[in-house]
Amino acid sequence: MAEINGLGHSMKRKEDPRFLQGKGNYIDDIKLPGMLWLGIVRSPYAHARIKNIDTSKAAKIPGVAGFVTGKDLEKYNLHWMPTLMGDTQMVLPVDTVKYQAQEVVAVIATDRYAVADGVAAVEVEYEPLPVVVDPYKALEPGATKVRDDKQSNHIWHWGAGDEAATAQAFEAAATVVKEHIYIPRIHVASIETCGCLANWDPINKHLDMYMTTQAPHAIRTVLALVAGHVGLSEENIRVISPDIGGGFGGKVPVYPGYVIAVAASVLLGKPVKWIEDRSENLQADSFARDYHIDAELAADKDGRITAMRMKTLADHGYSDSQAAPSKFPAGLFSIATGSYDFQKAFVEVDAAYTNKPPGGVAYRCSFRVTEAVHAMERLVDIMAHERGEDPAAFRMKNFIRPEQFPYHSALGWEYDSGNYHAALQKAMDMIGYADLLKEQTEKRARGEFMGIGISSFTEIVGAGPSSQFDIIGIKMFDSAEIRIHPTGKAIARFGTKSQGQGHETTYAQIIAEELGIPAEHIKVEEGDTDTAPYGLGTYASRSTPTAGAAASMAARKIREKARKIAAHLLEAAEEDLVWDTNKFYVKGSPDKAKTIQEIAFAAYTNHPQGMEAGLEAVNYYDPPNLTFPFGSYICVVDIDRGTGQVKVRRFVAVDDCGTRINPMIVEGQIHGGLNMGFAPAMMEEMQYDEHGNITGGTFMDYLLPTAVESPRWELGETTTPSPHHPIGAKGVGESATVGAPPAFANAVVDALWHLGVRHVDIPITAPKVYDLLKKHGAALEE
Amino acid sequence: MSTHHIKLTINGQAAEADVPARTLLVHFIRDTLSLTGTHIGCDTTSCGACTVLINGRPTKSCTLLAVQADGAEITTVEGLAQGGQLHAIQEGFHQCHGLQCGFCTPGMMLSSVALLKENPSPSEDEIRWGLSGNLCRCTGYVNIVKAVQYAAEKMQA
Repeated sequence: MAEINGLGHSMKRKEDPRFLQGKGNYIDDIKLPGMLWLGIVRSPYAHARIKNIDTSKAAKIPGVAGFVTGKDLEKYNLHWMPTLMGDTQMVLPVDTVKYQAQEVVAVIATDRYAVADGVAAVEVEYEPLPVVVDPYKALEPGATKVRDDKQSNHIWHWGAGDEAATAQAFEAAATVVKEHIYIPRIHVASIETCGCLANWDPINKHLDMYMTTQAPHAIRTVLALVAGHVGLSEENIRVISPDIGGGFGGKVPVYPGYVIAVAASVLLGKPVKWIEDRSENLQADSFARDYHIDAELAADKDGRITAMRMKTLADHGYSDSQAAPSKFPAGLFSIATGSYDFQKAFVEVDAAYTNKPPGGVAYRCSFRVTEAVHAMERLVDIMAHERGEDPAAFRMKNFIRPEQFPYHSALGWEYDSGNYHAALQKAMDMIGYADLLKEQTEKRARGEFMGIGISSFTEIVGAGPSSQFDIIGIKMFDSAEIRIHPTGKAIARFGTKSQGQGHETTYAQIIAEELGIPAEHIKVEEGDTDTAPYGLGTYASRSTPTAGAAASMAARKIREKARKIAAHLLEAAEEDLVWDTNKFYVKGSPDKAKTIQEIAFAAYTNHPQGMEAGLEAVNYYDPPNLTFPFGSYICVVDIDRGTGQVKVRRFVAVDDCGTRINPMIVEGQIHGGLNMGFAPAMMEEMQYDEHGNITGGTFMDYLLPTAVESPRWELGETTTPSPHHPIGAKGVGESATVGAPPAFANAVVDALWHLGVRHVDIPITAPKVYDLLKKHGAALEE
Repeated sequence: MSTHHIKLTINGQAAEADVPARTLLVHFIRDTLSLTGTHIGCDTTSCGACTVLINGRPTKSCTLLAVQADGAEITTVEGLAQGGQLHAIQEGFHQCHGLQCGFCTPGMMLSSVALLKENPSPSEDEIRWGLSGNLCRCTGYVNIVKAVQYAAEKMQA
């Protein structure tokens, strides 16, 4: 008998065999007969008028089959598309381009070499226009307008909290600290780029759309809404999201390339494949972050935090095409009060247009949580240092206490559960905090710079309750459909889509826990809108909180029907049956039992008269609240005074994500999340020069951590289940990416505080640190 | 453009074809031979997703022409398992959870195989340096290191 492998088992992943043997099925692996290739001519300018497009030379290249321009799409009113945030975005330009690498002309050809030749041979004449790169300058009076169709470069203003009461608290404070904190523009850079294969069948008016999407159902509905007038009808659109080579938020948006591929397939009546190259991916796809934050924290004479205030400028590029819930233009930035107990806070965000690529997706983060956490954890550290208090003790003093949960934060959230003191204490014990402080003092006396940095974050994930959360009006529930076969095996389908998180294993384990069917006997499918129940997809650490909960609820419905069938088989009253792991037995007679497998067989062969045959259920789970994972991280760095090199000596991460379904997979998620916290903290930034030229558009300039730079992560855990989730799980994919960056920044500042260094913006590169050392007279020079 | 006739051995099987001179090896492997386990991640020899073994040496096939591999012996991820038995490195990645999305995994495993051939019991530092030409965005590398250590032990046993 196979092991059941329910909750808490580190079962090896069911999806591994195909990936290990080169049999994954990624977008570029899919071929269709007669398939054409699509390539895109992109703008070398950040802002320019298109004077002329000449495709005559390209048209003569063998294999080139056609072109799509903005003017072609304009005939069908498909040259613009709506964004999820109620803005508009060009599919292809009719007259002006607004950022470097913007799509200008699409070339379609018979193979990938011919299409590259065609792209190179298209001649476009541009008239460069003035460029707006700095979002602060974009909002100055008289600034060049990025968008002709808008009043100004100001997109929106959003705020939360009590401004007046917060101002009063600041006036009454004993200590106030302020800092300007920039959270740079970065890119998720999944190792697989984006792509699609659009196959329009003109006879049946049916579209098969294979694409790299984290949210296939939402894409289907968006396609039906924006292209309904040209014949795309939702029952005839099948979106298939095959194996995805990493997503991290970058595969949520609808990029112009996808839409152009559909248009090209419709126009040419053939399957059309579009696969980005790496430069296109880095230069044109949605960025993350780009928040300029003025942050302030107030404390009373005892060092208790009394108030927090943040004023933020968000650079959105030329369009607000964030992937965020409709009612949250600044995402969940209002989690900024973090892990601390105080009741006066005010945060506001203004968004600006600039001549940069559009976006504002997550980078493995639930909607602007990383920005909020970074600012708050920096402020807390500055406050502790300013007051001469130990940053760990300062945090312990100000944490929300365990008995205060469910806790109502100043900015309106109800934190479901937490034990912040336990997590920080565990991290301190693991790393040997007291000894490190001693070592630091000794080293400093010798002129060696060592820093200890803490981050005690609170995450907010699992969007979300339908009262507040929707995307283009569709509520953010998620779904599970389970069918038990006569032989006691099962298939389960979901509205989410794994990009490496291991759903095929963990969802099976949830069902195994509820029904006692071995997880290896439960096949999990996602990513085909023709077969899976409707769902909003996988991002924002929402799969376990929503679809994972749906799996439990659907399985419990099945168990209730199973009870009726068991009662029939055992000739006992339903209420006399007791469920145990994988069977019902009659109370007091454990040998009178029917296993789930026997019950499943009976559901098709011997079901009670009057009952529907079969054993299956669907659940659409609307979570009653978000979940609030948390953790405490401690980082130790040594700084080389001769080079500015920061060496991460140790990094301890204690995470609490509630119930752990598969501890092995949870730890894997945390390792990966930590690396994607390390990357922007120490290495990655998407920079632009004053002309709007991107200066990090390939993997040779935009540096991802290799195994050599990556720290050797040490993990610890505490477990505080979510009280409202059916199995107490909270979601874990992004916690570490959210929580890690301030630990690095706090460690570096801690190492240099005695020199007068208060802050350093990420990424903390060696040249940046060397400049700081030099400025404060502490650099070793030859 | 000139076309060239090339003959090579891939995963122990002979293969030959006429290829245009500019055909990249990775496209020859993926498109002509339909061995799609070898992936493309960057086109600039930076990420290592396209790593294959050429005469036993790990090589990034996205910046090598197919004609340059004429006469070579190539191993791709499809050639690792033998007779239905996973290679020790495949077993290591499975047992140690060394993969998540799976996209970098074939290249990562082939670089590991080459590393272990040269250095059968590498230290953690040697493993990390040995794999520094292969990027992984999912795992944080911790479990990849463990997977290589698992394979090293298994291959020595």
